[in-house]
Amino acid sequence: MIRILVRDRQGNDRTVEAEPGLSLMEAIRENGLDELIALCGGCCSCATCHVYVRSPDLGALPPLSGDENDLLESSDHRQSASRLSCQLTLSAELDGLAVEIAPED
Amino acid sequence: MRHFDILIAGAGHAGAQAAITLRQLGFSGSIGLIGAEEDLPYERPPLSKEYFAGEKSFDRLLLRPRAFWLDRNIETFTGLRVDTIDVGRKRAGTSRHEFEYGKLIWAAGGTPRLLTCPGANAGNVHVIRQRGDVDRIRAQLDRVSCATIVGGGYIGLEAASVLTKLGKKVVLLEAQKRVLERVAGEQLSQFFEEEHRRHGVDLRTGAGVEAIEIVAETATAVVTREGERIVTDMLIVGIGILPEIGPLASAGAAVGDGVHVDEYCRTSLADIYAIGDCASHINAFANGKRVRLESIQNAHDQAKTVAAHIVGIDSPYDALPWFWSNQFDLKLQTAGISRGHDQTVMRGDPARRSFSILYLRGGRLIALDCVNSVKDYVQGRAHIMSGAVLSPALLANDSIALKDIAST
Repeated sequence: MIRILVRDRQGNDRTVEAEPGLSLMEAIRENGLDELIALCGGCCSCATCHVYVRSPDLGALPPLSGDENDLLESSDHRQSASRLSCQLTLSAELDGLAVEIAPED
Repeated sequence: MRHFDILIAGAGHAGAQAAITLRQLGFSGSIGLIGAEEDLPYERPPLSKEYFAGEKSFDRLLLRPRAFWLDRNIETFTGLRVDTIDVGRKRAGTSRHEFEYGKLIWAAGGTPRLLTCPGANAGNVHVIRQRGDVDRIRAQLDRVSCATIVGGGYIGLEAASVLTKLGKKVVLLEAQKRVLERVAGEQLSQFFEEEHRRHGVDLRTGAGVEAIEIVAETATAVVTREGERIVTDMLIVGIGILPEIGPLASAGAAVGDGVHVDEYCRTSLADIYAIGDCASHINAFANGKRVRLESIQNAHDQAKTVAAHIVGIDSPYDALPWFWSNQFDLKLQTAGISRGHDQTVMRGDPARRSFSILYLRGGRLIALDCVNSVKDYVQGRAHIMSGAVLSPALLANDSIALKDIAST
């Protein structure tokens, strides 16, 4: 199991566990946190699963695709640590990842 | 008799989201969520995409884990359908129970239109609307080498894309003179027709179904109105849905193509809202016209409107419509409603398989169809919302980013 530390919009931290191979979006949703809307279900067609990566630094993650970058551009809350959680596939390297759910647009 | 402060008829995206948002907004009354299917709320779009292709298991489609509904004190009923509504006594009847409601949210969606020709009820003639439909199709796929798809809307085209990827020979019959006629402009239709043919789909337009030949309750061939006989191992019918509004209409609600709702998604009946595929509403992006939208966006945003209204937040429905479809390696994203446009602008080159079609009315951008062009989709949305008058020549120049084009 991969363990991820998720901070919700109220600032509460929660550790969620998920199988490798799932996306971070699915892991968050599967653990009952319902702030992530994830309307398109993870096919990188909207920007409603926006998170900030708190650690490690972004360089340790798979790079942003052009589509993901463009979709993030639509958010008023984009920061340098922004990612779409549906585009991060959980693997052993991401064990211990810490993220924060971005404000809703 | 069970009483729920909020009773939700329909557990698709709209019904589920209404329940979720009510709790998020702090609503503490009782909520009952009644679904006609045996499963808890799940994502429907993958039924014609990843789930159909066998790339995603059903558990990954669940909108929330099973424990969530219990945890939020949302009582779910599966395999149950509201058949009758008694507005005076505020009761909703099903085959098993009668419920009393404080407010009723009608989110029953639609049922697929079926062919009416002989043979249409054969065991290998399918629709794609529910998980069970796709499970039945997948259970037969081993025996299928040729499939016929009736209807060139999004469901039919997505199904064709999946089936060709699975190595099946596909014939697609569209009765109109082009695919996607109801929802997209001619250029987009033409592009998708060419793409499907390039991938080996035998796509025919202006081709209606006259009859289906049956041997031992199994369809074996389709006969077109033109008299052609197409041998087939399976049919998938994607010719639209009929909004599920019977009980509301019987109870006296104002209906047309869908049940009429106002900007808060209230029907004409006291304490009854309607949302999602079945709700006919005046859309801010349809030039003041009444429309019915079959999309996740509409289901989600109308659900939020109703939940807010119930807890006393004044937030009329005015969200920008958007939609997506994935076929082959093509990502289509649309925003706005193109119906009623008086000008189209092509931006980019369909031959490069990355382009956008911009729809204008009176010089204002009202809708976008973007193929493998996420940047245009994102930047164009802002122009639709602003309603500014834009230069068609600048819009057509794809060396200028849409966000850098100012109103004229």
